[in-house]
Amino acid sequence: MTTLDPVTLAVLNGRLEQIVDEMDATLFRSAFNPIIAEAHDASHGIYHRSTGETLAQGKSGLPIFVGAMAFAVKTVIDKAEKDNDLEDGDVYIFNDPWDGGTHLSDFRLVQPIFRKGKVFCWIASVGHWHDVGGAVPGNYNPAATEAFQEGFVCPPVKLFRGGLYQQDIQAMLEANSRLPMSLYGDLNAQINALNLGAQRLHAILDEYTDDVIDEAMIALKDRAERLMRREIEGLPDGVYQATDYMDNDGVVDEELKLSLKITIAGDEMELDFSGSAGSCLGPINISKATTHAACYVAMKHVFDEIPANAGAMVPVNVVIPEDSILAATAPKPVGGYTETILRLIDLVFQAMSEAAPQRTNGCAYGTINALSIAGRRSDSGAPWVMFSFFGGGHGGSANEDGLQHGNAPISTATIPPLEILEAAYPVVFRQWALRPDSGGPGKYRGGLGAIYEIELLEENAQAFLFGERARTSPPGVLGGKPAALNKFFYDTEGAEQPISPPMASKIVGIPMKRGMRLRLETPGGGGYGCPKDRSRQSIRADLEAGYISESAAARDYGDLA
Amino acid sequence: MSGWIVGVDVGGTFTDIFAINPKTGEIKTAKTPSTPADQSIGFLNGLSAISDLQSIDAVVHGTTVGTNALLERKGARTGLITSEGFRDVLEMRRRDRPRTWGLRGTFRPVAQRKDRIEVPERVLSDGRIERSVDVEAVEKAARNLASAGCEAIAIAFVNAYANSQNETAAREAVERVWPNAHVTTATDILPEIREFERTSTAVLNAYLQPAMGRYLGRLQRSLGEDGASLLIVQSNGGLMTADEASKAPIRTALSGPAAGVVAARAVGLAAGYPNVIGCDMGGTSFDVSLIANGRTSLAAETSIDFGMVVRAPMVEITTIGAGGGSIAWIDAGGMLRVGPESAGADPGPACYGKGGNLPTVTDANVLLGRINPDNPIGGELGHLDISAAEKAIKTEVADPLGLSVIEAAEAVIKVANAAMAGAIRIVSIERGHDPSQFVAMPFGGGGALHAGALIREVGLAGAVSPRYPGVLSALGANIADMRLDRVQTINSALDNVEEGYLADLAARFWTEGSAKLESSRAPIEKTEIEIELDMHYQGQTHSIPVRLLGDELSAIDLSRDAVLSTFEAAYKKSFGRLLIGPQVRVMNLRVAVIGRRPPFDLGRLAPTAGNSERSLSGMRKVYADGKWHEASVFKRLELPIGTRIDGPAILEQPDATIFVDPGLVAEVDRLGNIFMHSAG
Repeated sequence: MTTLDPVTLAVLNGRLEQIVDEMDATLFRSAFNPIIAEAHDASHGIYHRSTGETLAQGKSGLPIFVGAMAFAVKTVIDKAEKDNDLEDGDVYIFNDPWDGGTHLSDFRLVQPIFRKGKVFCWIASVGHWHDVGGAVPGNYNPAATEAFQEGFVCPPVKLFRGGLYQQDIQAMLEANSRLPMSLYGDLNAQINALNLGAQRLHAILDEYTDDVIDEAMIALKDRAERLMRREIEGLPDGVYQATDYMDNDGVVDEELKLSLKITIAGDEMELDFSGSAGSCLGPINISKATTHAACYVAMKHVFDEIPANAGAMVPVNVVIPEDSILAATAPKPVGGYTETILRLIDLVFQAMSEAAPQRTNGCAYGTINALSIAGRRSDSGAPWVMFSFFGGGHGGSANEDGLQHGNAPISTATIPPLEILEAAYPVVFRQWALRPDSGGPGKYRGGLGAIYEIELLEENAQAFLFGERARTSPPGVLGGKPAALNKFFYDTEGAEQPISPPMASKIVGIPMKRGMRLRLETPGGGGYGCPKDRSRQSIRADLEAGYISESAAARDYGDLA
Repeated sequence: MSGWIVGVDVGGTFTDIFAINPKTGEIKTAKTPSTPADQSIGFLNGLSAISDLQSIDAVVHGTTVGTNALLERKGARTGLITSEGFRDVLEMRRRDRPRTWGLRGTFRPVAQRKDRIEVPERVLSDGRIERSVDVEAVEKAARNLASAGCEAIAIAFVNAYANSQNETAAREAVERVWPNAHVTTATDILPEIREFERTSTAVLNAYLQPAMGRYLGRLQRSLGEDGASLLIVQSNGGLMTADEASKAPIRTALSGPAAGVVAARAVGLAAGYPNVIGCDMGGTSFDVSLIANGRTSLAAETSIDFGMVVRAPMVEITTIGAGGGSIAWIDAGGMLRVGPESAGADPGPACYGKGGNLPTVTDANVLLGRINPDNPIGGELGHLDISAAEKAIKTEVADPLGLSVIEAAEAVIKVANAAMAGAIRIVSIERGHDPSQFVAMPFGGGGALHAGALIREVGLAGAVSPRYPGVLSALGANIADMRLDRVQTINSALDNVEEGYLADLAARFWTEGSAKLESSRAPIEKTEIEIELDMHYQGQTHSIPVRLLGDELSAIDLSRDAVLSTFEAAYKKSFGRLLIGPQVRVMNLRVAVIGRRPPFDLGRLAPTAGNSERSLSGMRKVYADGKWHEASVFKRLELPIGTRIDGPAILEQPDATIFVDPGLVAEVDRLGNIFMHSAG
């Protein structure tokens, strides 16, 4: 084998990234459900032939999948090896979250790329489908105690067998969804993305030869590892700790502790989650695959220049206690995995703030607030499900205030325009606004969360919410103060005032009638640095804009205000 | 009318003029220094270099006044009046963030929160008015904003795309009290669904109104009341009147680059290449645009900066940070990288001798013998400092990589070329175009040095260097068509669109548009129409553009059957597979009324005589493909039609240098363009 010159390597790096980016774009443009098309809750990549490690990853997909997909591909590799029936033209489909990571809504399509009769590498597409059965439309069931209540489970099966489409599989999937047409559209869009990826990959292999591409993939992984080691080496050795809490698991109203101890030694680091809560009854468990993926996302936010491939995590050892909330196995419910991984990322920001103050930030709002409203149209009887994630503030950082109303760190999701939601579903928004006083005070203030108030226009519907951060606020770092708590209110019959759910921001099946409203007030981000170091000018500007109230300014900034 | 038509392109350093006298067939070009503080001064100096004002019929202008105000955030203090409950839509964006990785970065909207005022009103998604607008509250809000110091104001109500009655009433109320003409109503600018994009576009429009109004006002006054008509290049390459530009300045956000693309298209078509990739290489960036089958590729939406979203058709420009001044460096992983950091104009590349000591693409080109160190283009610098270039490349690239200086210089060019090739692939291959059907058209200072390599790297059919790359944008302004764009949101299943409804709407836009063109006094030969629908399957949120064929309204079939089959053909082309079951929906109707300008014969720019012997100015050593070559150097403008030159060779002219790589052939076509292609 020759050693690749740095110039060819740079060229191939760009070409491989373009292939996966283009797969992302194809899925987004042709997908049906807005969670993929608008929120980009999907991802594509190229994976190692035998280990399943990520070799290249699209830039626009959901960050959490960057780490999780390697486990998904490995699951398929193991399955194919066991069955010993892999052939060119096969495409596997599955949503098993314990081996493959994340939750049942995420359907993975995994395809081998054959060269000269042998598997050269794998490509995969994952997307969050609109509805996969279970007890709750949209599948965020905060009351689930088994995965079967969250949706149907699909183990790795062949969607294409030697290039032949297995219509039966599609029929089985459709029969288990409340929104089969949406499922059909998304499935097709993922196939479009794989087709395009395979075509492009074969073209580049033909152009450069298999050996050169193979060598480039290995070199790129080594390079990521080298860069990561250098970053870690630049940080002071030591032990850094943080503790944070989940509100409850949706079933038992008890706080759940999460602990992290980061040890930095030379050019390696360890993330040790020992001391975290044991596995819980409700759906905020996550599998080991998901825990690894979350660490990867956190590392990428701290060391944002490191390339997105498996090499980046080689110098990082992750310790996950067995039987903990971070090591779920079947059939533990994992539907709310987003909430738990957001907390893991918050832990990393807190623990790293001392070691790398320039690279961290106050914690972001820390919950996706998955809200669904579902019912049937009174004119046609047709079912409808409005499902969306809502935004909040980002934390302050080393040089500036946090972003107002951003997306969650695990995703690059945009929110659908309210006009699109109002045109598609029988609802009307009464407010869509920034939430004053929700950002954590600090030298650099956390960005503001939001207020969304929604009124039902149909006769009847039911609402479901899966949220967090209603009991423990998003913390600030380096003296920055926490942001405001998550709040949710809803109208009920017979009550004058709107009420909040007993489980804070998790509830199943709120009965709604025409004219009733839901109100979500999301957290801002945590502050960065001591409030006493904030400039008077910034405080005045905040007051003038109404980002903070007079009373909060007096409380948080004292004499400065 | 029998006078000059003058195209004007105001650049950062020079104002370029390209004038045509349609009666006499005369052509004049001029170059005058730009006057950044008040661009109208340089502009008028340029005009007087052509002729006295009385003998100018029309002035056609690609302007950067809007672009600069947006990029530098130097627009007017702008107020916003919006629906109760939705004051923060502008600041909340679509809940995105500046970068995928690293939770840093923030956003400040151009209309501050204290200048955004809510008024009682609400329209529902089906267009029903739930609550009429409180006009007294609107008047009061406008008065408050004016006294607070706002110079411009935008009005944007939720769901106004479905019914603009409240917005119109609010506008009338504002106009009763607002002290100037800088009032923008969102649905006038963009009657399309998506409240953030519409509000953002409207606010940015208002933000530009005062500056654009003042600038165009000065130009118009200088041209005189009955003087030349003033036309402005829109971001989509069509022209509009100065009055329209004052009302809708957001349509000029990419006016300058758009003029260049118009010219690239015209040069390509005249030379027989309907498929062109425009490559504009400047000091800090490389901008790529695409023309396929004679149609310029437009983007429906563009972010000027994070959160500064403009939804209006603009020339689609893909920019990467690879220009002549881009700096070469070795990253922590030991990989050679070029850009996006640039040495800019000051200190500039190391060879400028102005104190820069970091190696740039230009330094590499100098060492490889591709740039003449004794006569660099642009004419500002007399002589380039080769030893400074050598030192920079040696220290920063050659030594760390263990290469010789000359190998390192070639590696820098290769990496820069790879980045440029990547940008070309994004606009071609990634959009489903086969690059072997396209030619690259380099314009701007350095593009022609790299075009040859790009042919091989991307697999292009060749590269066409226009005869006068420096005045391409002014030429483009001069020949651009008039264009009026209208859009109407339909948001309905195709089956529920009443037969005839689309045709009626199109007919109305046509009548209004052609009347406007008539009154614009622009020299137009004929008027045409273009109709496009944004369509998708029920359940999808993204749409695909569906173009209905035909230049005349009567030739376009807008029946449901015709629309359906055109949609299916377009969908199949984009994604391969049609879907069975879901309803087909129509989101928007887009109608463009186009006033075609009289054709300009580019042959008039062709060389009249010339002699390839005489045009040979010497020999120079150039380094390419790992070895030194003896390359002939030619004076490009003196090459006669039909000349064929084998690479390696260098063709020099005052505003560009063309490098013909070994293995390539350069030919002078009948218009004086250089067509470079593979010798095989």
